[in-house]
Amino acid sequence: MNQPTLNIENLQLGFKSHVGMSKVLHGISLNIRKGERVALVGESGSGKSVTARIILGLLQTLPTARISGVLEFEGRDLTKLSAKQRHALRGTEMSMIFQDPTSALNPVYTIAVQFTEVLRRRQPKLKKLLAFEQAAAALRQVAIDEPERVLNSYSFQLSGGMNQRVMIAMALINNPTLLIADEPGTALDVSVQAQTLDLMHKLVQEHQTSVLFISHNLGVVRDFADRVYVIYKGRIVEEGATQLLFSNPQHPYTQALMSAVPRITGGGIPNIPDVSDRYSDPAYIHPASGGEL
Amino acid sequence: MPTSFIILFKRLFTSFIVLIGVSMLIFTIARIIPGDPARIALGPNATLEAVANLRANLHLDESIIVQYGYFIWNLLHGDLGISLYTNRPVLLDIGQFLPATLELVFVAGFIMVAIGLPLGAIAARYRGKFIDHVIRILSLLGVSAPSFVWAVILMLMFAFYLPIFPIAGRITDSYTIQAVTGFLLLDTLIAGEYRAFGDAFWHLILPAFALALSGIGQAARLTRANMIETYDKPYIEMAQSYGFSEKRIASKFAFKPSLIPSMTIIGLDFAAMLGNAFLVEAVFAWPGLSRYGVAVILRKDLNAIVGTVLVISATFLIVNIIVDLLIAFINPRIRFSTRRS
Ligand SMILES: Nc1ncnc2c1ncn2[C@@H]1O[C@H](COP(=O)(O)OP(=O)(O)OP(=O)(O)O)[C@@H](O)[C@H]1O
Ligand SMILES: [Mg+2]
Repeated sequence: MNQPTLNIENLQLGFKSHVGMSKVLHGISLNIRKGERVALVGESGSGKSVTARIILGLLQTLPTARISGVLEFEGRDLTKLSAKQRHALRGTEMSMIFQDPTSALNPVYTIAVQFTEVLRRRQPKLKKLLAFEQAAAALRQVAIDEPERVLNSYSFQLSGGMNQRVMIAMALINNPTLLIADEPGTALDVSVQAQTLDLMHKLVQEHQTSVLFISHNLGVVRDFADRVYVIYKGRIVEEGATQLLFSNPQHPYTQALMSAVPRITGGGIPNIPDVSDRYSDPAYIHPASGGEL
Repeated sequence: MPTSFIILFKRLFTSFIVLIGVSMLIFTIARIIPGDPARIALGPNATLEAVANLRANLHLDESIIVQYGYFIWNLLHGDLGISLYTNRPVLLDIGQFLPATLELVFVAGFIMVAIGLPLGAIAARYRGKFIDHVIRILSLLGVSAPSFVWAVILMLMFAFYLPIFPIAGRITDSYTIQAVTGFLLLDTLIAGEYRAFGDAFWHLILPAFALALSGIGQAARLTRANMIETYDKPYIEMAQSYGFSEKRIASKFAFKPSLIPSMTIIGLDFAAMLGNAFLVEAVFAWPGLSRYGVAVILRKDLNAIVGTVLVISATFLIVNIIVDLLIAFINPRIRFSTRRS
């Protein structure tokens, strides 16, 4: 039973507007096995966040979005689920970490209130006091020494790094099968980001959580991911085990990317000028990747 | 919460300064408008001597600064002087008429918040749908006419053509209710007169709605706009991706943050009702402070004019302070302005 946690095939997305359709995803295929950490890297606007929102079932509620393709989560066909069944997966089987932890936390409710709400996704009748204890235990897991104080605080009273730990604990507290991290901590400074990513790495390894790690930052991806997909303008252009892909990039776009990055501080992805029509070459899939079943 | 105390203290202090300013201003204006108060009070047949005596009694021959000194001295002793119109202490008059006005304004304010906020939240949640359009048209209608126009319209529609509600007054004359608080809704309950309570309540509905309608529209429009802005915030996307129910988001996680910017304006609307109440009271023959205020101005009843204006200003300031405290209460950023961690 080597069933993947997530299997996406030929996923297409367009947005309808009064001027017509604008296609954003042109048939991407991607899979994540149990406990695997998969990165999706690409420049701004390439379609990373929309992919995440489709997996969570959020974009499906948008009337202008046209979505087609195969979407399977633990062997269940997500496209066949009702809105209610999809909703039931969010916050329980799937969870999400955002780019800027401080703005992703509600500014007028304490951390404890938000934790309680998240915990009640799995345990609807959970009492406040018990929720507080469970949340405190989860915060200790992310190396927060005074969980009670943090729980009684508001996000604006805490540092960005502290909020990021809170987000990580919140994302993992219901023990999801799939964690989606959309450029986690990009808004934080580099050392804090590295610290919190280490924490996240350790926890997902312990819990065998599958991760879709969306990033701009090739350096971070190299440390974190087992396997990498490179996305360019709504198409996957290259896929392979991290080591392999970084040491031997095959697709012209990936090659241009790799040679451009060292010049950029912090390893962020620059927008490569669209000089070569070879960037739209078919995807290169590294053979040893084992991505196919 | 110490920050709330600091806010309260600051606001009380500035309100005090404002009140001193208002008292000087109205004291001067009341004396500048033409007409001799003593002559008006005693009538055209009074002797010159009697008029001169009254002027002396009222210190009207002294300089305005000395007069103001007398006024402040009496005020410090809890005395606003005697009304030449009613021949009673001004404080007693105000104590009689103010509760009727306050009752009307409080009920209208409550209606504004209790109806306007949920309407705005519902419109935002069902943005672009039929119900949203209905609410938007209704709220536009509400803000499009001033309250005294609504007063006339409501009176014609629901008291005259369709005689559902009483056309005027606070309560049917046959009830005699002992005044304890001056608020009929409370006094009737204290007296255990439940039918009288119903009667007073029935009298309140039209004037209160006339006063509240534009506020309801304003509150609904503001709440809708702020909610829609809030729905674009990352913490709402977070709530959605964690599967918080749409209902919980609309009534809690998006509602409270949206309330904060609305509150200030709603507070101002509420305070503005104090002024609008004068016209609504006139339409419905509501025995509030407006009737008294108009009567004393026409008679150049100096003490009563100054007293009425001061009490209304003080009420206005108190309402503002209450609103500010409420804002501090729902906005943790104000309550905890220091950063921990
Ligand atoms: N609701 C929407 N309606 C129309 N177009 C949209 C919508 N959401 C996203 N898009 C478009 O889809 C494309 C992909 O957006 P997406 O947010 O996935 O980019 P991204 O790869 O996450 O970029 P970034 O690194 O900047 O976050 C963009 O061109 C964007 O303008
Ligand atoms: Mg993005």
